[in-house]
Amino acid sequence: MDLSSPVTPPRILVLGYGNPGRQDDGLGPAASTRIDEMGLPNVTAYDNYQLNIEDAMDVAEHDVVWFVDAARVGPAPFSVRDLHPVAAIEFTSHLMGPETVLSIAEQVFGRVPKAFLLAIRGYEFEFIEALTPDASDNLRLALEMLTDRIGAPVAAARAS
Amino acid sequence: MTDIELSRGPRKIVIDPVTRVEGHGKVTIRLNEAGEVEQARFHVVEFRGFERFIQGRMYWEVPVIVQRLCGICPVSHHLGAAKAMDVIAGVDQVTPTAEKMRRLMHYGQVLQSNAVNFFHLASPDLLLGFDAPVEQRNIIGVMNAFPEVGKWAIFIRKFGQQVIAATGGRRIHPRLCVPGGVNQNLSIENRDMLRKDVDQIVQWCRDALELHKSFVHSHEALHENFASFPSSYMSLVGADGGMDLYDGTLRAIDADNTPIFEGVQPADYADYIVEEVRSWSYMKFPHIRSLGREHGWYRVGPLAQLNCCAFIGTPIANAARTEFMAQGRGGLVHSTLSYHWARLICMIHCAEKIRELLFDDDLQGTDLVLTGTRRPEGVAIIEAPRGTLIHHYTVDDNDQVSGANLIVSTTNNNEAMNRSVKQVAVEYLTGHEITEGLLNHIEVAIRAYDPCLSCATHAIGQMPLVVTLEDADGAVIATRVKQ
Repeated sequence: MDLSSPVTPPRILVLGYGNPGRQDDGLGPAASTRIDEMGLPNVTAYDNYQLNIEDAMDVAEHDVVWFVDAARVGPAPFSVRDLHPVAAIEFTSHLMGPETVLSIAEQVFGRVPKAFLLAIRGYEFEFIEALTPDASDNLRLALEMLTDRIGAPVAAARAS
Repeated sequence: MTDIELSRGPRKIVIDPVTRVEGHGKVTIRLNEAGEVEQARFHVVEFRGFERFIQGRMYWEVPVIVQRLCGICPVSHHLGAAKAMDVIAGVDQVTPTAEKMRRLMHYGQVLQSNAVNFFHLASPDLLLGFDAPVEQRNIIGVMNAFPEVGKWAIFIRKFGQQVIAATGGRRIHPRLCVPGGVNQNLSIENRDMLRKDVDQIVQWCRDALELHKSFVHSHEALHENFASFPSSYMSLVGADGGMDLYDGTLRAIDADNTPIFEGVQPADYADYIVEEVRSWSYMKFPHIRSLGREHGWYRVGPLAQLNCCAFIGTPIANAARTEFMAQGRGGLVHSTLSYHWARLICMIHCAEKIRELLFDDDLQGTDLVLTGTRRPEGVAIIEAPRGTLIHHYTVDDNDQVSGANLIVSTTNNNEAMNRSVKQVAVEYLTGHEITEGLLNHIEVAIRAYDPCLSCATHAIGQMPLVVTLEDADGAVIATRVKQ
């Protein structure tokens, strides 16, 4: 897929997941909420507690999908990696991975978008409905990157 | 991850984690000197005090706050807390519109949650076989073998989510309920959107049941005997003895279908149920007071819902129940794998109830909230996807929650899960090796109960994987931790 194509703006999905009632586990939902509030054309953003099988339908209807999750370990402020379908056994349905969602999209709908996992580093996961200051900083930096990545092709499309 | 110590005396085999159950678990099998299974325990390894978290919150906030407890069944907690707060608000019976809106949401939740368990977690075991290669025994493997299952899984689950969104405004963190009623009725637009698909959903649930029955009939001995044992059961039933997942009174029966108690009002649950704490688990062990700790354990969930009720008030599900109960040859059905069959019948019931409600004009009513005289304490019970869920709150004079006790479905099934694990271990452990097959069978036994450990223990995210070896005296001889 040529994301710089000025003719066909890519349909972009930002899917944040996690529990906002568990402090930094809410990084994914916070990211997708902020993106949704920006009202970017061709960009759909929503959140859920966890990924599940029906997400495959939404995923299959988009050209680019950004899965956004909190990371308990790993680099700060965030990391990004490409995703590809993997028919793996999941640990639990809590933890259905984005690769499995992609695999279901491919299996049932015959379509796999270009997909990325944005893992934003979190630090505390207690029963508190607020991000920690350090996680909030990581979210801000992640959103700068994300809006740049998803804004660029959209802007190109609008200029055409 | 497995480990085993064979060099001396009684020993423990620790399997951690159990895959494809809700949350994380650890199974410990203790062998005696002869190498036989002496004890099996399904541990819960982390605890967070959610009951304390909501202390001090204003009581009317609680139905929304408790949804944070669990990512699997937030709607069940929303509804359970709302019903308890009705009592606090002095409202014994909400308006017809309010009750039917709540019921519609509840049936949507039970439908979609049971669909996830059956299609995503259980069907790989049941349809592909417990010993199928690991790379095939997953939902994709099922879709390869049974392409229609993927369609059922996605669209039944999505429909349930649409019902939740239509009643609660959004599919997560719905805000339908307030003490004494609901915030909104069902719009004509949403009603018609759901009406359009509901017949197909009912049919797909029936198709899934037929597929499952074909598995059962081709593996009858396995289905009847695997991890099976007679037990007591408990669930809500309606005033007429019929299945009622939203309201009613508690009924408990023993293995011979003799009532232990019935007609128990939610407010009186503590007179009949005792919660015991054991040193090796953070999860409580409830039991029936009159039977004591050794004999008072029971099972809840779809199997209990079908065993405890006299009938189901929707025709397709009721006919399916009649066929299901025939397995018991005049008695109850005790087969642990029958949880899945029962779960599919519950799904049909929910789909039928949703269809029924979508043609009920009360859902467009405008009488939404009642008020009454404030009370200091409220208890409510509903049948969540995994079984009986109890919410109990006390509220002080400042309208703040001063105490809370939640007995979730998985907690009610705690002892039963331990017994299932032991039964599997006794049957499938040969020699001193934990084989892939044994692991698979233990997981299958636990998954029948569809445990939600995140909910039951208030745990979150990734816990370390701990493998521990202990000798007969409980001394740790080896520990392995994997982050």
